[in-house]
Amino acid sequence: MPVAWTRKDLLGLEDLSREEIELILATAESFKEVSSREIKKVPALRGKTVVNLFYEPSTRTRVSFEVAAKRLSADVINIATETSSVKKGETLIDTGRNIEALKVDIIVMRHNYSGAAIMLARHVHASVVNAGDGWHEHPTQALLDIFTLKEKLGRISGLVVSIVGDIAHSRVARSNIWGLTKLGASVTVCAPPVLIPPEIEKMGVKVTHDIDEALANADAVNVLRMQFERDESGAFPQQLEYFKKFGITEDRLKKAKKDIIVMHPGPINRGIEMSSEVADGANSVILEQVTNGIAVRMAVLFLVAQANEHIKHEDTD
Amino acid sequence: MKEKAKILDKDTIGRTMMRVAHEILEKNKGTQGLCLVGIRNRGAFLAKRLGACIEQIEQKQVPVGILDITLYRDDLTLIASQPVVHKTEIDFDLTDKNVVLVDDVLYTGRTVRAAMDALMDFGRANSVQLAVLVDRGHRELPIRADFVGKNIPTAKNETVEVRLEEPDGKDEVVIVEKN
Repeated sequence: MPVAWTRKDLLGLEDLSREEIELILATAESFKEVSSREIKKVPALRGKTVVNLFYEPSTRTRVSFEVAAKRLSADVINIATETSSVKKGETLIDTGRNIEALKVDIIVMRHNYSGAAIMLARHVHASVVNAGDGWHEHPTQALLDIFTLKEKLGRISGLVVSIVGDIAHSRVARSNIWGLTKLGASVTVCAPPVLIPPEIEKMGVKVTHDIDEALANADAVNVLRMQFERDESGAFPQQLEYFKKFGITEDRLKKAKKDIIVMHPGPINRGIEMSSEVADGANSVILEQVTNGIAVRMAVLFLVAQANEHIKHEDTD
Repeated sequence: MKEKAKILDKDTIGRTMMRVAHEILEKNKGTQGLCLVGIRNRGAFLAKRLGACIEQIEQKQVPVGILDITLYRDDLTLIASQPVVHKTEIDFDLTDKNVVLVDDVLYTGRTVRAAMDALMDFGRANSVQLAVLVDRGHRELPIRADFVGKNIPTAKNETVEVRLEEPDGKDEVVIVEKN
């Protein structure tokens, strides 16, 4: 018997058990069918309200959550903080409480500070779903990466997965490492030394600075976006130099497993993280990741809403 | 929980299913435009069995689908007792079909209400009929079954448990008394 989901929030994959992650993946599998129907909507969250609270610009994650919520029949409100009272100096907790006063059921939040979602979750009764917090976690991205891998290869346990790119500043890398290692995959991270955080090995991963080594035995490679716009320290390599040393090209893939899976959370910098031929090639599952993101986010919204309903129910009993 | 009485055994369930299959064919005048949709979990197995009975009688196959109605329930808190949402598998078009919904026990009618909502999202059927193995009464909605294996009057503190070979290892229907 699988475990039941009892958490009000989804804040990261670090705290989740293997069984909880598998429950989300199994639920997402069922939700995927909904998007293939002519009427792509089920009434599961009818009457619930979801707020997308984004402190950082994001299109794909926000739209993905919005589509997911709408396919569950929830009402969706988008708040971009550039145009809100946050500009006037309101604190995160005040913003959260004000949103909650609108009788909102789920707050999906992206924030530039690590731990922001955890703090918000402690202060509101609504469910909080972390859509990325600083360098900390981006659980739904990792879940959709893992879902896509599992769909392609039938399992996660025993797979060899390499994550290439700015590991030091990547919440996507961190969530993927937690999720993949919990499910029994072996993970290698690959980047220039300045972009590998110290003591990353403690998370149970191997480290290499050689892209060919990272590709050699891998069943899949997850290529992270180089966020040049965020480089404040000047530690990033030049774009062209990065592509030469770490970019995924057809020539490099020839030396890897023939059916190696190439993933990227998007948006792609073509000619920096990978060549266009690879991005559009037979090994790439980048657009399938986008499709699967909806199913995974539907599953997450559904599970936290259901658990929170239970918590409220028990409080009033 | 204590078992009060065994209502149907394996042989009786088999004969009942065959009778219901005959009734479905009689009412629908054969298999033309007919399809079966079972409601997860046990309704799905019963729909497959009815499909096999119909094939035996008419030498014709009818499409059989599976419906998971978890996402159409009217109370989120009730779902937690069956935490995993399963897939709906209807790989044929319902438009203009005569659809027979199949479930194991008809009780409040809320499951059937949810199933009808779900079916509507899959296409405009010509008609929707309902076949159940057991009708135990206590309806909370204006819903009735077109084909009933057995009417079993029950008290509210009793439940009817349908056990089937496929998920449970044996075929039987029992009345269980809740403490």
